Amino acid sequence: MVAEATRLENALRANGDLKLVAYMMAGHPTRKRSIEVGKKLATSGIAALEIGIPHSDPLADGPVIQHAGQVALEHGMTVSGALEVAEAVAAEGVPVVLMTYINPVLAYDPRKFAAEAAQAGAAGVIVPDLPIEEAEPVAGWLRSASLDTIFMVAPTTPPDRIGTIASHSSGFVYCVTVTGITGVRKELPEGMPELLSEVRKHTRLPVAAGFGISRPEHMKTLRGTADAAVVGSAIVAEIDRGGDAVSLVKELLKACR
Amino acid sequence: MSALHELEDMWHEAKADPQFQLELAGHRRAFIGRPTPIYAATRLSEHFGGTHVHFKREDLCHTGAHKLNNAVGQALLALRMGKKRIIAETGAGQHGVAAATVCARFGLDCTVYMGTEDMRRQSMNVRRMKLLGAEVIEVTSGSKTLKDATTEAIRDWVTNVRTTHYIIGSVVGPHPYPEMVRDLQRVIGDEAREQYLALDGKLPDVVVACVGGGSNAIGIFTAFLDDKDVALIGVEAAGKGIKTGEHAASLVGGRPGVLHGAYSYVLQDGDGQILPTHSISAGLDYPGVGPEHAFLRDIERVEYVAVTDKEALAAFKLCTLLEGIMPALEPAHAIHHAGVIARELGPGGRILVCLSGRGDKDMDSVDGG
Repeated sequence: MVAEATRLENALRANGDLKLVAYMMAGHPTRKRSIEVGKKLATSGIAALEIGIPHSDPLADGPVIQHAGQVALEHGMTVSGALEVAEAVAAEGVPVVLMTYINPVLAYDPRKFAAEAAQAGAAGVIVPDLPIEEAEPVAGWLRSASLDTIFMVAPTTPPDRIGTIASHSSGFVYCVTVTGITGVRKELPEGMPELLSEVRKHTRLPVAAGFGISRPEHMKTLRGTADAAVVGSAIVAEIDRGGDAVSLVKELLKACR
Repeated sequence: MSALHELEDMWHEAKADPQFQLELAGHRRAFIGRPTPIYAATRLSEHFGGTHVHFKREDLCHTGAHKLNNAVGQALLALRMGKKRIIAETGAGQHGVAAATVCARFGLDCTVYMGTEDMRRQSMNVRRMKLLGAEVIEVTSGSKTLKDATTEAIRDWVTNVRTTHYIIGSVVGPHPYPEMVRDLQRVIGDEAREQYLALDGKLPDVVVACVGGGSNAIGIFTAFLDDKDVALIGVEAAGKGIKTGEHAASLVGGRPGVLHGAYSYVLQDGDGQILPTHSISAGLDYPGVGPEHAFLRDIERVEYVAVTDKEALAAFKLCTLLEGIMPALEPAHAIHHAGVIARELGPGGRILVCLSGRGDKDMDSVDGG
């Protein structure tokens, strides 16, 4: 299934510098504001932007992103509304990766979701509660709409399974650096470089590290081991308090070089 | 996923190990108090017009409900896996108490997740868990009930999976949980079928059980699945009425979807967002249901109906007054429906109800109602 490199793959491959992937929630704090923030983030120097489609029961997320999703839902955000937010932001030229859970995708109709996500200009989709064993037919619909399917490996994933997960992935492999859920952590776990190099043995795709990554010193640690770092909760918390997410991103980007 | 694969392997290994089964049988006898009896509810039968109603007395299990059947088995499995920390979610508090109880019994560390709303409704069970040495963590997110407690427990598990075993309280969650919990609860039906046959050599016409996640129902139904003449009925919580939207009847009022790692019937809106639920009974207040129930519904082997808060409360009072048995509000739903079927069957009909737990915990809800 190795074809020519996708847009996401090219965008995330480190070339000396560590690449930065930012995360935001569609509709948080409001639809209008999330489009504004998204457009600014899109042109801030990040390699890609993950846009969360809110779900009532976000199993893989910590309190910051869960809260953002609840706020978005309370303000009436929907799957189709989130696709519109993604479309407006993707128009700035940044590769957009949609992140949501399997139930909203099933309820929307996976085929329709794939077609509309592609039409909105999204480059890939992450569904953290969709294991590879259950990935079809949803992953098939995504692929046939030319969307990358990004699957996650965790510190508890055995090596042979890492290979299988990598072979189901396109665009990049998402390496969850901690056991657990999203959210800001002070220090990155000790075994992380080993995990990243284990993942590299199984794939030629770029490897992005995510969960718990929030500080410039984390970026420095990841440089040379990961292709990209995904920063979510720290950015969402900044948006939540009405702060300047772009200057946070710029500060992190400095540490990527 | 690796943790689930490991759990599946460990469970199949344990299940096939005669030593494990022997140990489990010993704890069932001396610690849980099995076999629990079946009981002829004669005054209730008379009240319902002459159909014979029997109860399977899971309320007589140690700690007051069927939940301990599962908790004991999973604690033995945790010991076998070398895991010293147990986490659990709880709605009515019965599963939390069962988990705290087995942790005290086997010297395991115990953390129970419980929604704020349920802690208020079931304060006595919160006190029991604390006395048993468990840490009870209040869950304030979402609807503050069983669904959110389950979500928090899953998050804890994925964070601490190397040291921790998660004892799910019902036949829900990702595989192998629905299968494992069924295997541990089927003792209810295995005993009940034999005991019922011992009465006069005949099987019941109908077996009725309440369904939240559905563990007591799967527990009693499994033994009767091949008895084609025995009708099986699962009773969900209709809350204030299915039409009001304030209910917890996933099979009667929901659509297929994914919740907590299982594809089953789920109460959700058109966008796949999980809906808030309502039931007077905390143990039935869950927007999903075990996937095996979804299957049994789809193949039409089990019929699922729903009973309102009001009807369940009336059945609670009726059973207490006529039988001197105070049922939990959860099986009170099943008792109400037994009355409905009894009137259809008429004199000579035979109904077996799973009385899954006792009602002491519900005093506050009943007084308020």
